[in-house]
Formats: sequence, C-alpha cells, structure tokens
Amino acid sequence: MNTFTYTKENEEKFQIELKKYPNSDSMMLPAVWLVQDQLGWVSPEAMIFIANKLKKAPIEVHSFVSFYTMFNLKPIGTYHIELCKTLSCMMMGSRDLKKFIKDTIGIEPGQTSEDGKFHLSEVECLGACGGAPMFSLNGAYHENQSVESLEKLLKECK
Amino acid sequence: MLVKVVSKNFDIADSHTLKVALECGTYDAIDSLFKMSPDEVTTEVVKSGLRGKGGGGAACGPKWQMMPKDDPRPAYLIVNGDESEPGTFKDRQIFQYDPHLLIEGIIYSCYAINAHAAYIYIRGEYEWFINRLNKAIDEAYEAGIIGEKIMGHDFKLDITVQRGAGAYICGEKSALIESLEGKRGHPRLKPKQKECEWYFDNPATVNNVETIATVPFIVKNGYEAYTAHGTPKSPGTMLFAMSGAVKNPGVYELAFGNKMIDFINDIGGGMREGKKLKALIPGGSSCPILTADEVNNAVLDYESMWDIGSTLGTGGMIVIDDSQNMVDVAKNLIEFYHHESCGQCTPCREGTSWIDKILAEILQGNGKEQDLDTLLEVCDTMNGKTICVFAPAVKDIIKSIVIKFRSEFLEEFKTN
Repeated sequence: MNTFTYTKENEEKFQIELKKYPNSDSMMLPAVWLVQDQLGWVSPEAMIFIANKLKKAPIEVHSFVSFYTMFNLKPIGTYHIELCKTLSCMMMGSRDLKKFIKDTIGIEPGQTSEDGKFHLSEVECLGACGGAPMFSLNGAYHENQSVESLEKLLKECK
Repeated sequence: MLVKVVSKNFDIADSHTLKVALECGTYDAIDSLFKMSPDEVTTEVVKSGLRGKGGGGAACGPKWQMMPKDDPRPAYLIVNGDESEPGTFKDRQIFQYDPHLLIEGIIYSCYAINAHAAYIYIRGEYEWFINRLNKAIDEAYEAGIIGEKIMGHDFKLDITVQRGAGAYICGEKSALIESLEGKRGHPRLKPKQKECEWYFDNPATVNNVETIATVPFIVKNGYEAYTAHGTPKSPGTMLFAMSGAVKNPGVYELAFGNKMIDFINDIGGGMREGKKLKALIPGGSSCPILTADEVNNAVLDYESMWDIGSTLGTGGMIVIDDSQNMVDVAKNLIEFYHHESCGQCTPCREGTSWIDKILAEILQGNGKEQDLDTLLEVCDTMNGKTICVFAPAVKDIIKSIVIKFRSEFLEEFKTN
C-alpha cells in the first residue's frame, strides 16, 4: 500500500528545510509541495508517507492538504490553466477567455480534456489585477491577455 | 505626486541583484544600525508613525513594543506576503524589483525585536516571485550579509521563505501562523488584551512585506524624513495599486493625503476608452464601495477614508466603469468570499453561501424586492459574531453595494 517515497533529490531538499524550523510541524507545507512537485498531485500513499515522516495521523495530513486549493487531490492534465475570475479580471474580459477554452478545448472549470493534455481551473484573485485579464499556465503568469494571445499560447502547448 | 521611498530602485535595471542593490546603497548603514540599541531602532519607528501596509493600518512600532522583554524563549519575525486581497498586487513589486530592500528591512526589524529567525510567508501562486526572492536570500547568505553574522556583526539571522498553497485567509496573521505551524489556516481567537503573536508558543511579530521594506528608510534617515511626507495622522507613503477601467493600471508610490480623483486622472491616465466612472472599491475588495461622487471628494489617508464610511485597506483600488452591472459585481465578489471563507465560524460559512445563492437567483431572474432586505439582514447577522474580520469585511462590501446601488437591483427585478 505505502508505495510513495521522495526521490533522492527531494529527500535532500526536505532535510535542508527541516533544519530551518523549531518544530517539524512547520514542514507540512514544504513537505506536501515536494510531493506535488514530484507527482503532480498528492496521492493517498503520499499522505501516509508524510504522516509517517512528520509523526502525524494520515487523516491530519488529509485534513491539511484538502484545505489548500493549490494541492491537487487527483491527477490533472499536463497543462494546468488557472484562469483568474475575480473582479478586475472579470471586468477586463476573463469570461471571453473561459468561453474560448470551452469552445476550442471543450473543458469547463474543474475538467481535464479527454486526451489529458489540458486542465482548467477558475481561480480567485492571483494578485495580478494591473495585468487583467490574466491566467497562469503551469504556474507561469500571463498578464494582459486576449483571446488571440491565449489561442497562440495554447497552440504552443505540445 | 509620486514619491519614492520603497519604490526608489524599482525602475533601475537589474535592481533585484545584490550588485545593483549595493550600488544603490542597500545595506550601507548596517554599521550605524549596530551602533544603535534595539530600543532606539524601535523608538525611531514608533516616532515615524509607520502603519501596517497589509490592510489593517495598525501602527508598526507599538506592535514591536508588545514583544515581551527578557523572555527566555526565542523571538520570531514573520513577514506576511500572502497578498491575496482582490485589487492588491504591491508586495510582488518588492519581491520582483527590490528583494534586497526587504532583506535589509528584515535585518533592521529582527535587530529591533531581537529575533534571530524570520519567516516570509508568500502566497503559493507567486512561485516566480518566490524564486526571485530566494535567489536574493542566497546571495545575501553567500556575501555574509545574513547567516551566522550580519556583515561581521555578532548577530545571527536566518531568513526562510515558506510557500503558501492557495488560501486567502492565510493573510490573516493568526491564520498565517496556524498555516506555518502545519495546520489548516483557521484564525485564532483574539486575546483579551493586546499582545504579540505566538509561533509554537514563542513570541512573534507579524508585519506586512511593504511595512518591513519601509523600515530601513526610517532608521537610516530619521523618522522626520518619513513624517515629512503624508498627513499628521497618516504619515509617510504607500504603494497604491490601481486596476480595472483606467488607462494605466499599476502600482505607484504616493504620500498619504492626495486626492483620489487626481491619482486616477493624473497617474492612472483617467478612464479607459472614454468610459465613465461609476464606482470604486478603495483598498482591496473588503472596503465599502464608493460612488463616483464620493470618489471625487475622497482623500487617500486612513482618517479621511474612515470619515466617508470606507477604509484605505491595502491601497489597491478597483475602478468600475458605467458598463458594469453592480449586481454582477456583487455576485463576483461574494463568490470570492464564499470560496475563501475558512469555514470555522457558522455565520461566515453559511452567510457567504446564502448571499451567493440569493444573488444567483436575482441574476437568473428570480429576484424580488424582499431579497434585498434578506441580504442586509444576513450581512448584519454575519457582522461581529465571528473569530476574525473576514465576515465583517463581507458585510462591508455587500451591504455598501446593496445600499448605494439599490436602483440597479430594482432594475434587475423589472427586466425580469
């Protein structure tokens, strides 16, 4: 059952971070981020792995992970589009971008395309209101976007 | 109108590198800092009247003075870079353009409160900015600016960045510490009397990124250099952000006390494509909305904004033009709060959900005038009955939209 383990590199990173805190409980966020960097999501096996590492009950790790929206509780597509929908982006055209994604890729927020290539999340304010409308693609910010620039970018996703 | 205290290096090429930072004078007064006593540093900050730039506007110096004296436990500085309030995107400018100014500010602040470890908690989506800051921290360690000693002075200081993972509420200082302690970001009950924060039962101070980045200017130049800007009660400057229907959205540093409309027209370039100003949310989405008439008379300092029934908040203004439907605006914002409520207190968890449902019904054509009374009643039920100020903030913004733009809601019922 417990099949998850860090790569050697991630284990080293974990050990370095661990020394920076007075209590290993502070390693929850860094430990889960290392899992997501490695797997793309946070699997139940990985939660047990972290629970053992940080001397927690697995349910405590699950309770923690499920609170934070950036942690994926299931695998998502290769390209993760996080489209900001909050006020400034809405006023500047985020709905057009959402419609374009639905019309061309066929996915709505929370869905992964059938080929597993794209996953769309509609997210709350990403702190880039001056560059509205904006989205992030696999974590990289793209500001001052339009349907045209989005189309171009999606074509570049192989 | 523009003043450069925190943003003085933003326009310089490669300002994020240690080389340029040193050329610009960052870290040049560390020797003078260590000639002062920690109390002298704190006194300077108290006299400057520096207020927290994260939204609350609480005085920074008095906050430091709440740290217990002669406590055997280690003290901590926690820097709040969660920056998740809609309309707010100023701290990222510091991470991007002047991370060494933040590190310098941390050195000054940690010396004042006798902390040997600082944690910077940054929202998870700011991955690029986190990497930028971490590079600067690595440079500072390698150059002996931080670490076992501070530029040769006998003061150990470690700085660590912790990456959040997408929870607005972690910008609330006690929720931030809960998150830093490896728990869900649930705000803590407030103590009866004012006291410092606690990180694993050790004394801690939580300050916003911009606040900390302002400290070196005050200590280097003396508090009078800071109070020379702004108003007597709101001294100094702030990074004001502008977004929405203006020609030049962005972040600009101004002294407190400027007229809001001048900021929009002279710096923001006025409204976009000849659109008309309808409303403005002044300091992040949690501040009561202003009508166009109110914007014309508003002045950008804490006291003036309170006088007109709103707040300055984070200084992140969202400009709304006349093509926007205010019911739609209210719905957009309540979706944010509904999603971000941590769920700990019933009035907030249920109230945000309830308002979201009512506004959805109104937009779907099923609204009736009585719904407006229900909305206001739910707002009042949420207010003052929860652990943190999230629910009162929801009350502020929703109630102000319903009251000030009631006619637009009534229009919605008519078109149905």
